[in-house]
Amino acid sequence: MVLLLQYTIIFASVLCLVALGGCFSEHSGVINLGLEGIMVMGALGGAVTMFFLPPGTSPFLIVIATTLAAVLLGMLFSCLLAVASINFKADQTLIGTAMNLLATAGATVFVRAMNTSINPDNVSTAIAYIEEKQAFLKYFGKFEFNWFMVMAVVLLIVSYIVLYKTRFGLRLQACGENPQAADSVGINVYRMRWAGVLISGFLGGLGGIVYITAGVSEWKFEIGVAGFGFLALAVMIFGQWNPTRIAGAALLFGLFRALSNVYTGIGFLAALNIPGTVYNMLPYIISLIVLAFTSKSSKAPKAEGIPYDKGMR
Amino acid sequence: MEEKKSLIKNPSFQAILTSVVCIILGLLIGYIVLLIINPVGAGEAIKTIILNFLTRASSMARAKALGNTLAKTAPLLMCALSICFCYKVGLFNIGAPGQYEAGACIGLYAALAWNCNWIVCLLLAAVAGALVGSISGFLKAYRNVNEVISGIMLNWIILYLTNMILTRVKDPTSPYTMKLSSKNSGALIPSAGLEALFAHNKTVTLAIPLSILFAVLIWVILNKTKFGYELKATGFNKEAAKYAGMKEKQNIIVTLAIGGALAGVGAAFLFLTGYQEWSTTQSSVPVMGFNGIAATFLGGLHPIGTIFASFFIQSITDGGALIDKSVYPSQISELISSIIIYLCGFVLFFKYALNNWIRKKETREISKVDGKVIDTAAAGKEGGDK
Repeated sequence: MVLLLQYTIIFASVLCLVALGGCFSEHSGVINLGLEGIMVMGALGGAVTMFFLPPGTSPFLIVIATTLAAVLLGMLFSCLLAVASINFKADQTLIGTAMNLLATAGATVFVRAMNTSINPDNVSTAIAYIEEKQAFLKYFGKFEFNWFMVMAVVLLIVSYIVLYKTRFGLRLQACGENPQAADSVGINVYRMRWAGVLISGFLGGLGGIVYITAGVSEWKFEIGVAGFGFLALAVMIFGQWNPTRIAGAALLFGLFRALSNVYTGIGFLAALNIPGTVYNMLPYIISLIVLAFTSKSSKAPKAEGIPYDKGMR
Repeated sequence: MEEKKSLIKNPSFQAILTSVVCIILGLLIGYIVLLIINPVGAGEAIKTIILNFLTRASSMARAKALGNTLAKTAPLLMCALSICFCYKVGLFNIGAPGQYEAGACIGLYAALAWNCNWIVCLLLAAVAGALVGSISGFLKAYRNVNEVISGIMLNWIILYLTNMILTRVKDPTSPYTMKLSSKNSGALIPSAGLEALFAHNKTVTLAIPLSILFAVLIWVILNKTKFGYELKATGFNKEAAKYAGMKEKQNIIVTLAIGGALAGVGAAFLFLTGYQEWSTTQSSVPVMGFNGIAATFLGGLHPIGTIFASFFIQSITDGGALIDKSVYPSQISELISSIIIYLCGFVLFFKYALNNWIRKKETREISKVDGKVIDTAAAGKEGGDK
């Protein structure tokens, strides 16, 4: 049971961070379907940093460097979305999809090239970080506490305050609801949307590194992040673009995701003898059902997905 | 001169031009990545990717390799048509891989467990794909669920389901499904003499001409029928279509069902040729559906253009598998196709800029040489060179 709690919290942290990223981007008016790709890039940045840090680096430094690398790479990658959809008015769905494919292919090529250059016989696309990962963990009895859990909670609170209690947040939301009106009172819509997308890159990249360090200590970049970015989008929609509700939704989805990791250890679930594949499908099935019942009364930002053109005012 | 002038303004010419620009830029970036990995063999590697089967030594080997590429172009084309058809109706069918999985699942299961012949397997694959597609359609029409998100969720759900179901008909010694040639050769799509053209490559079957036929059919449906017109009207403006008396909800479901059927048939076109077997331990969504997105947009969202784009995408994918794997990752082709998809996002802007440039040039020339012959030879020549 402790294990279930631990996995639920860590997966909920990932979903919450990434969903908040989506939330910022969409409140500014840009649909970010590239979150999955941003997560992959964040994961790549973090994993490579852990791989190259010399052994014996202080745990504190590992945490800082890994997090920074993940966040920076996530933000850098999100620029692809910002440039295309804000400045060049490209189709946001297409660009997001391209980014997901680009991230997985790019990360695979990079990791493989890196592995082969170190050892010519190594053609795998995986990075291992067993020892470095310990820097993030602290044990309370059986419970494996992860510093990322704290980061997720802090960023959740910060996101709430930024979005609802600051001038920046309110202006950001105005750009997603009615960019023409926002522009007419002197808000630079393009700049606000850039900010929204960059914040989503920050949070998405962080979510990526948290995801690949949750439960495993080696990641095969071939599989990207297995649709987790899209689960986060489902969490965001279920959370109605509102940080507190997103946190609740993330906990629920995190629980279902955690089940597939730990069901064998829980007496009555193991006794049911349901094949493991069913647990693997569960988060996706639940999200489809949840979306079917919550999308009808959507509180989505009204202008999301529509490129802003100053000339159309 | 009048003819030349209209060439660069011609929308189809512009579409081809932009696709060529996307391809060149994509290959260029791919080349740079190869240079960074190892500058020594980069030129050779990019040449291999571009030329694919042409790099083979003998004409027999070339014909055989071309046959392999064509055999995989057919399923890719079907996936691309699925995405293209839905996109014309304003729906982004990123669920194509899931519909493809469903087609593979039922098609192979019917062939191996029920000993059906290929026509029945093909039809069942189409039905399975259509069912999965219509789930997305129903959720979109009646529950307002974004088809992109439901599509992605279904991709994963169907992947696990397919693995589960096909485990029942798998080879006892490997994770792959049983070979059709030994278990039920009646389920193999007949070659109808086509194999003789490709050095007796058994995977060259009727699937290839059939997929091209489907492309033409989709073009006819979209452009020459009332049904296609209604679908496109729904995609253009759902409310307007509704007030014009069209059943807009039904149209959405039908569109995704047709898209799903196309993708399902696509899977049958691969797995019923005996080209490869389904791996029941597969842990990622098949790349075919995603490459379909690249082929769709590279083909300028036109069913006929999609034929050529599918061949190109498949050819660079196969070419990627031929490069020196001890130095370069074969996934470089996936990287190039994803860069091409990304660049396709700029197509609208590019066309807009191009037309703007032409217009500006014309007004300048008219005001400059009033009454004289307008010299647009330069513009025409540039177009002719491409």
